[in-house]
Amino acid sequence: MSERREVTIKVPLLTRVEGEGALELRIREGAIAALQLRIFEPPRLFEKFLEGRGHEEVLDIVARICGICPVAYQMSASHAIESILGVQPGPWVREMRRLFYCGEWLESHALHIHLLAAPDFIGFKSAIEMAAHHPAEVKRGLRLQALGNKILRTLGGRSVHPVGVRIGGFTHAPSRESMAELLQECREALPEAAALVRWLATLELPDDEQRFVSVALHHPDEYPLNEGRLRASDGLDIGIEQFHDYFRESHVAHSTALHAHYFPGGWAEEKVGVPYLVGPLARLNLNFAQLPQAVRDNLATTGVRFPSRNMFHSVIARAVEIHFALLEAIRILENYAPSDTPAVGVTPRAGVGYGCTEAPRGILWHRYELDGAGKVVVATIIPPTSQNQARIEADLKSSLEQLGLERSDDEIRLHGEKVIRNYDPCISCATHFLRLKVERD
Amino acid sequence: MKPRVAVHKFSSCDGCQLAFINAGEALLQLATLVDIVHFAEAGYADEEAVVDIAFVEGSISTPQELERIRTIRANSKTLITIGACATSGGIQALRNMHDTQQWVEGVYAQPEVIALLADSTPISERVKVDFELWGCPVNATQLFAVVRSLLSGVTPLLEQETVCQECKRAQTVCVMVSRGEPCLGPVTRGGCGALCPAVGRDCYACFGAAPQANTAALAEQFAAQGLAPEAIARRFLFINSHSEPFHSEGKKWQGEGK
Repeated sequence: MSERREVTIKVPLLTRVEGEGALELRIREGAIAALQLRIFEPPRLFEKFLEGRGHEEVLDIVARICGICPVAYQMSASHAIESILGVQPGPWVREMRRLFYCGEWLESHALHIHLLAAPDFIGFKSAIEMAAHHPAEVKRGLRLQALGNKILRTLGGRSVHPVGVRIGGFTHAPSRESMAELLQECREALPEAAALVRWLATLELPDDEQRFVSVALHHPDEYPLNEGRLRASDGLDIGIEQFHDYFRESHVAHSTALHAHYFPGGWAEEKVGVPYLVGPLARLNLNFAQLPQAVRDNLATTGVRFPSRNMFHSVIARAVEIHFALLEAIRILENYAPSDTPAVGVTPRAGVGYGCTEAPRGILWHRYELDGAGKVVVATIIPPTSQNQARIEADLKSSLEQLGLERSDDEIRLHGEKVIRNYDPCISCATHFLRLKVERD
Repeated sequence: MKPRVAVHKFSSCDGCQLAFINAGEALLQLATLVDIVHFAEAGYADEEAVVDIAFVEGSISTPQELERIRTIRANSKTLITIGACATSGGIQALRNMHDTQQWVEGVYAQPEVIALLADSTPISERVKVDFELWGCPVNATQLFAVVRSLLSGVTPLLEQETVCQECKRAQTVCVMVSRGEPCLGPVTRGGCGALCPAVGRDCYACFGAAPQANTAALAEQFAAQGLAPEAIARRFLFINSHSEPFHSEGKKWQGEGK
């Protein structure tokens, strides 16, 4: 790196991400002097206005944190609050929640792959441009996205901020006819999902091996959605209520967002934490054996292997999860019968409860304290993108150095954006994101 | 020349612009009818472009957002708000009834570095708005109806009836009459298709107040059914707490409870 130059690269508004963020990078004498993923999504203070609200209002409130993954917020909150109220909704609700979540994974993953990420790998500015040259692939993606939304509508009334859930289960049981129609559509889409995995594996993805810790839920009997223990790729295996013993968010002065770090030896013991990865690649790295055989067989034909240290395999991991979500939806729909009790009744009582589910972008952790009347006293919500924040910055440093800092500003900017988008950051989850103005002397 | 269109985002969850993003082939078709010049999530970034139609999602909650919306207004022939945040301040306007600074201090370690306006406000409190689409979130039917009207040179026809009327037409069993649920359908603007009663629950007014809503009578009915004053207040002070008549009705019952 003999070239001596100082350049500042700014991407003032990142496109094809959810929410508003920017990247700032300063290179001095061939080395990265400063790098910031700036988040200027204003804080909306959800945790504060949950206080004083009844437990029956929480699901309608937390859905509004994110239009793309409202189900994840509703599910983490449901589990946390039900644990406080001592409620076990039973097998029907459990299965319907898995189906509901499959709908959200389908919708969110298909949206990200086709509208946000794929244009990067094929060389277009937007999916709309890409559609003119690759109509079959883009339309297949839009169909999978639409099917996910239809699952959400069938159970939730609408796909953005669904209204069909309540603490204890669902407000209604869909008719046999509507579920039979869904089953038919899922069966028809199944070959498309398998083909999507194979198509993405043929794309020229950057080869970018990195060292990182993967963190995800793990369940002994199934691929994780709503339930499980928290595992990390270094061997950590804890209950979700122990999350704060090992993972902490901090308000770092050089950054515009709260960063979460992992403290392998425990928060109380260690001074410095490490970045970690949540989301589809982390889930697959820790749960590959839990996938149905058909999903693993299809993947085997591509030559792509998991666990993987190539961050760009995230986009394939997303497609693999689409394939899984469709198979899981089919399994649940084949066994469907309406229930007379789509929700169990609840009685308020005081206590503290935790919920942690696998949002499309990774673990979404909630903690609630309720009073005796069932009202929220304190709420803590840790969204996946907040947890990936430190990892994204670490990745940017390493990938841009690997790309070569002598490259043109445009190349560096493009690659930087590609790296960020690969995480599917959902910046709108603004419970914890903020614009931070740093005063320096 | 095709009309130039922008989709802007302010303080929001991204859920309303999803009405475009989730539209599937209709989105591809839209792109043939108009020139999309700014729509960050879809890959277009030209925020200061002069446009024929600007769709605005989100409320104004920071000093920077206030500057941005003024520029956008100056650059846009027709400005349309999409959704509860842009049209009424949104759920985050709940902070307007509290000491925001104190809340920020409760959440963040370095509250002094956070620039927030005292209130989260609808776009129309800051600049002139041509059309307002209510809903948390808006849906594709509302959005594409407006686009079609404007492309045809027709003034868009906005929803005037209540959720209650939509619900009756759908012949859904009334959740208030049959089960005593505190349904806000009689005072809430239609457009959602009376979704909540259709799935067996009470409407919570995410589409805002209907024109000439009689909130006082409905609140009295809730009280007669045994709902506590403080719970009645929370019904009105929710997704659209910053807009009238919900704001005053909610505050009235909040006072009763103390």
